[in-house]
Amino acid sequence: MSLTLEQVRRVAHLARIDLSESEAAATVIELNGILGLIEQMQAVDTAGVEPMAHAQDVSQRLREDVVSEANRRVDYQAVSPDVEAGLFLVPKVIE
Amino acid sequence: MINASLKQLAQALAGKQISSVELTQLYLDRIARLNPALNAFITVDADKSLGQARAADARIARGDTGPLTGIPVAQKDIFCARDWRTSCGSKMLDNFVAPYDATVIERLNAAGAVLLGKTNMDEFAMGSSNESSWYGPVKNPWDTTRVPGGSSGGSAAAVAARLAPVATGTDTGGSIRQPAAMCNLTGLKPTYGVVSRYGMIAFASSLDQGGPMARSAEDCAVLVNAMAAFDPRDSTSLERPTEDYGRDLDKPLAGLRIGLPREFFGEGCEPSVMAAVEAAIAEYRKLGAETVDISLPNTHLSVPAYYVIAPAEASSNLSRFDGVRYGYRAPEYVDLNDLYAKTRAQGFGAEVKRRILIGTYVLSHGYYDAYYLQAQRIRRMIADDFATAFGQCDVIMGPTSPCTAFKLGEKADDPVQMYLADIYTIAVNLAGLPGMSIPCGFAYGLPVGLQLIGNYFNEARLLNIAHRFQQATDWHQRAPAIE
Repeated sequence: MSLTLEQVRRVAHLARIDLSESEAAATVIELNGILGLIEQMQAVDTAGVEPMAHAQDVSQRLREDVVSEANRRVDYQAVSPDVEAGLFLVPKVIE
Repeated sequence: MINASLKQLAQALAGKQISSVELTQLYLDRIARLNPALNAFITVDADKSLGQARAADARIARGDTGPLTGIPVAQKDIFCARDWRTSCGSKMLDNFVAPYDATVIERLNAAGAVLLGKTNMDEFAMGSSNESSWYGPVKNPWDTTRVPGGSSGGSAAAVAARLAPVATGTDTGGSIRQPAAMCNLTGLKPTYGVVSRYGMIAFASSLDQGGPMARSAEDCAVLVNAMAAFDPRDSTSLERPTEDYGRDLDKPLAGLRIGLPREFFGEGCEPSVMAAVEAAIAEYRKLGAETVDISLPNTHLSVPAYYVIAPAEASSNLSRFDGVRYGYRAPEYVDLNDLYAKTRAQGFGAEVKRRILIGTYVLSHGYYDAYYLQAQRIRRMIADDFATAFGQCDVIMGPTSPCTAFKLGEKADDPVQMYLADIYTIAVNLAGLPGMSIPCGFAYGLPVGLQLIGNYFNEARLLNIAHRFQQATDWHQRAPAIE
């Protein structure tokens, strides 16, 4: 199967990446090239094979529910594009 | 001095034949002189490095030394280092000064190592040629019209050109081993979970693993000893006792069973590369090893499965770059959605966008089972192939890369051709096994790498197998003429 221009636009929206007209057209060709490579998998019979997420079959560790880090809010917000009164600023989302 | 082993450097430092400040300055001078032609470093900060060197000299004066105290180490710019710009090769993080240390950085600082600078890399480690860096491509010191490999291409070029004694890299699909092969270095990708990923900017979390890039297996052992440890801050870090990865370096190889997968010795590999690999295997036979024909029948599926799993994980990991908490923000936007979409369109390069889009697609509604789940099942089949193979042999060998360093721009316009160049390395990441690349000869003047693949947690054995070869050959001592 191959992607259409409309599907590429939809995926770009889901990924929150703006694509110009010319970029979108080129992206259709590139992504279809990659999907062509991936398609080889479809012919493989994997019935009964357990999907493998991680190399080692270990379960997620739990830790005590206690404070483990010092508060360094000022340091962590110093790298933000826009901060005020300890809050990250974004354009207004509710009128 | 620039060809001394880490052990010799440590002895020279302990014996006061050289100070850490002098050693660090020597490398800073070489970087100033030679880096403009190579572009191996993104960030160098002499004041910070020399400050660490002075602290190391004070430690040495007190007799408080370890194997890395006072030794300059170049860090791939994927590791967050407090107060250092940490760009990950991207415009998105060009202004990002890390507020904390990655565990790898923290451990090397504690060992008294000097952070010599942050090395260039493919953007977010996505690439096999180091051409996707926002800071421009790295040049291979063996031939500056050629790529150094990627994604740890800056680290590879830096160590090969003797701009650093040793460097860190990360390997998601071959990003330590392939540039090591192309620059005549020794590189080790440990078993998944051995080196902490905390503070190592995530690409594909179930595959990413940090490791050393050096001029010898012996040096790799010193660096991985300092890098590896259980870390509660990385949820996939393995709780294992610490070990000395250099403990078996000198063990004889008599009786070693080398598995040669027929899938690695067929078509697709340049004959001149294969000739160097075959000669290295003949050398191993002289050292007492025997060879066994094995099969890894699903090797051809590793690239397709990887290009579902890695982009899927990347699309999730890179969703954090939204222009709100850190990094680049587009200068103009009309609303919040526009802020995200423009920031990401302007902040990411073409290869990163491609992978995010592929990942978003394969995870989207209606396609998850056909792509992601199918890839995860094939991943299990690939891991099972290795498990069967290790019933017949102790180590698997073959080429690291099907070709030597290619020309800058040669594969840049064809992503799929670039992906296929990782055919021999990717399966190791999918299975989570340890792998190495060691220098094994030259093809038309360019270095060739021999790949060694071990069973889980066999890093010490791999380093032993590499070290014995390096005791018998001098390929790893050859240096490029770039002075």
